Amino acid sequence: MAKVPVQFTLNGSEKAEFIDSGTTLLHALRDKIGDTSPKGGCHQGTCGACSVIIDGELRLSCLTLAETCNGAVITTTSGLSEGGVLHPLQHAFLDTFATQCGFCTPGMIMAAKVLLDHKPNPSRDEVVEALSGNICRCTGYEPIIQAVLHAARANSQNAA
Amino acid sequence: MDLRKSYFADVRKDDLHEIGQPRPRSDSPGHVTGKTAFFADRNFPGMLHLKMVRSPHHHARIRSIDTSEAEKHPGVVKILTAKDVPHNVYTILILIQIGPEDETVLADGKVRWKGEAVVAVLAETERAAQEAAAKVKVDYEVLPAVFDMEEALKPGAPLVNEYHGQNYYLYDSGECRKVRFGDVDAGFAAADHVLEQSYQSSPIEHAPTETTGCVVAPEGNDRFTCYTNTQAMFFTLDNASIILQMPGNKLHFVGGTVGGGFGGKVDVIVEPIAILGAKLTGRPVSFIYSREEEMQISSPRAAEKVVIKDGVMKDGRIVARKVTGYTDAGAYSRHSPYGAQKGAGHYPGPYTIPNVWIDTYCVYTNRTPSSAMRGFGVTIGDFALEVQMDKLARLIGMDPLEFRFINAYRDGDMKAHRQPTEGAALIECMQEASRAANWPVAEKFMAISSYVKGA
Amino acid sequence: MALALHTFATVKEANAALKSRGSRYLGGGTLVVRAANEGDVSVSSLIRSTEPSLSSIAVTDSKVRIGASVTMAAIARHPDLSFLTKAASAVGGPAVRNMATVGGNLFAPAPYGDFAVALLALDATVGTDDGETPIETFLAGRDTNRAIVTSVAFALPKADGFRFLKVSRVKPKGVSVLSIAAVLELAGDGAVSSARIALGCMADRPMRAKAAEKALIGKSLTKDGIAPALAAGNEGTSPITDPIASAWYRNEVLPVHLGRLLLT
Repeated sequence: MAKVPVQFTLNGSEKAEFIDSGTTLLHALRDKIGDTSPKGGCHQGTCGACSVIIDGELRLSCLTLAETCNGAVITTTSGLSEGGVLHPLQHAFLDTFATQCGFCTPGMIMAAKVLLDHKPNPSRDEVVEALSGNICRCTGYEPIIQAVLHAARANSQNAA
Repeated sequence: MDLRKSYFADVRKDDLHEIGQPRPRSDSPGHVTGKTAFFADRNFPGMLHLKMVRSPHHHARIRSIDTSEAEKHPGVVKILTAKDVPHNVYTILILIQIGPEDETVLADGKVRWKGEAVVAVLAETERAAQEAAAKVKVDYEVLPAVFDMEEALKPGAPLVNEYHGQNYYLYDSGECRKVRFGDVDAGFAAADHVLEQSYQSSPIEHAPTETTGCVVAPEGNDRFTCYTNTQAMFFTLDNASIILQMPGNKLHFVGGTVGGGFGGKVDVIVEPIAILGAKLTGRPVSFIYSREEEMQISSPRAAEKVVIKDGVMKDGRIVARKVTGYTDAGAYSRHSPYGAQKGAGHYPGPYTIPNVWIDTYCVYTNRTPSSAMRGFGVTIGDFALEVQMDKLARLIGMDPLEFRFINAYRDGDMKAHRQPTEGAALIECMQEASRAANWPVAEKFMAISSYVKGA
Repeated sequence: MALALHTFATVKEANAALKSRGSRYLGGGTLVVRAANEGDVSVSSLIRSTEPSLSSIAVTDSKVRIGASVTMAAIARHPDLSFLTKAASAVGGPAVRNMATVGGNLFAPAPYGDFAVALLALDATVGTDDGETPIETFLAGRDTNRAIVTSVAFALPKADGFRFLKVSRVKPKGVSVLSIAAVLELAGDGAVSSARIALGCMADRPMRAKAAEKALIGKSLTKDGIAPALAAGNEGTSPITDPIASAWYRNEVLPVHLGRLLLT
């Protein structure tokens, strides 16, 4: 099986690997690089558990081939807390009880981060729209929406 | 959070430190940082991937299985059929003496539902396993199938499961679970109105975000570590021990972290075959359901049919209730004999009725085996009972909540199962619901209590 | 055979590579990578092209050309294509819209392919290296078409002339019960002078509601005026049945939603 090189920046550090051609970014991250924060829930683009940020855009790593990410800057939920200090979104998810089984949480946080990066003070409808590709089966959407709104408020208070 | 402390004030302990206090969840820090280790987050060098060849038919005899081409496929390491499984016919509730063993780990001579596991393929990559699975040739003789519980119970219906010999579970009480209390016929004769209604439901899939699966690693000392998302850890270990004819001390199960279960991860399906694969190859094995398998193969909540016949007086008292419940187990028992029994235990609902007759049947059909899900055996019954309660209230022109106050069980009442009621708080729950929903009821109902005699 | 990705600088080279057995073109990945993930072993070779024209949008006074690799998100945020924002945003959630392409949407089987419904109402042409094909012809032959789609092009509709509606059970994101797109032109007296109506989920691929279009000509967009069009809306439909809705249900509710779209 032909191995192909891939190289990208993951959470601020350079990664280079030889992978099987046709490997999804989800498998490359989880099985080769060892970042298991993106989860495989459906492998068909429906659940959003595998969401990552590629060059500033929310993407589904289960439908993205790793080879197409050469030179990209990739962020995953495992890279959000720096030196043990939680990101405001992570804090907000803790404070509002926005996790239950935790399987959808990394994907939810990625979707929320892209939203707040572009729109620091979103409306509730904008939060709902931003999370609309991520499924929580424990039905905790309301605390998750509250978490994102909380994080936005915390950000704006810090900035003030 | 608002705690209504007026209820049970005289029996309440108010010096509690934890109850009523918000506490951080111990698992949340792992969840928000992506560090929580789900079973599929374990990865081992040289890990094999297991894919299952499944029956395309609802009911068929297997004439032959040809794995020769699949075995030659590049990347294939091992192919398993029924003969490889040490104790292939099993049933999970055998641990609590609920037999007979009626299900095959891998189909042996026959398939009884569409999607049943027939051949397991272990290969270096998922892709190689998928490609090889497509090369397994199974020659089927399609048999007549039955999908409807009432059809299945008729004489001459296709026999779904030979291990039972008939299309219903034979309890020690006979063809169904039975409750007999008072004299229902006399109750119906004395009633002002009799209402008989039928309710039914379809199977419901749990649809957890994390699909069912496990990762098994051989430890080199004849022991195997099984990382699994089962909701029933030791139940699964003990059943795996029986199926593999392997002492339990050879099996180390690691789990407890479940990406959504809802009762859908209490069947023992993926672990035994994955451990067997690891044993026969000496390599780690990953068996993870695809989304399609999770939706189509994993057990759903059973389809149910509930027939309720009630005798009611104009003053609101229910004087007789006869319930016949049917639980569609699908092709195999799994937890359904227990589910049907729970139904018998749950009817006639939280109401005190002097004359009760209950029959609940666990029926076999050629549908996907059903099993546990959030209050199985009870939830669909509650839907039926409470719709029936509304219909009865309408029939006698009474407010539906007041109608329930009249019939609600209270401490000391004798239940149909001959257990005196204790700890019932239904009256108080309805009083609070009346306030919260702004659905006022007569003052006398707001003054009664479920535990103070004469109140 | 294992899966392998082959990337080519030009569409011409990619077209040549696509002639080999077991190969499929990779756009945004939401269809072909999904199929591979789900165990479709018929595809072993994924082909893509990085030719820049595939990713460009060109809007002139009267005409729009969208490269086949342009994503739904890029269309939704393009300042000159604001009339298409609703249709482009109807596809998937935010992550899917960052990946799903115009070219891919033309191949999405019902209940997917909401944007192709919009393109059908716009009477687009579909460009390949072999030339331009009317979208209706293209959709009819899409199962056997092997040439890589490079672009879609259409005339800019008159202001407020384009309407789009997606009906789903889950809000804001859900799979289509059905989708409807319409391009209407009105005469000075308010009567409809030209109409193109396209339907999604009412067949295995987007289709035109030609009987309804015809019944709308000369009529005003009032409850009474559109009644004949609504009555003719189901002509020629053969809706899909899937877990979202049955064919019967889709036919039953189509006139209701067509009415809402026409009266907005």
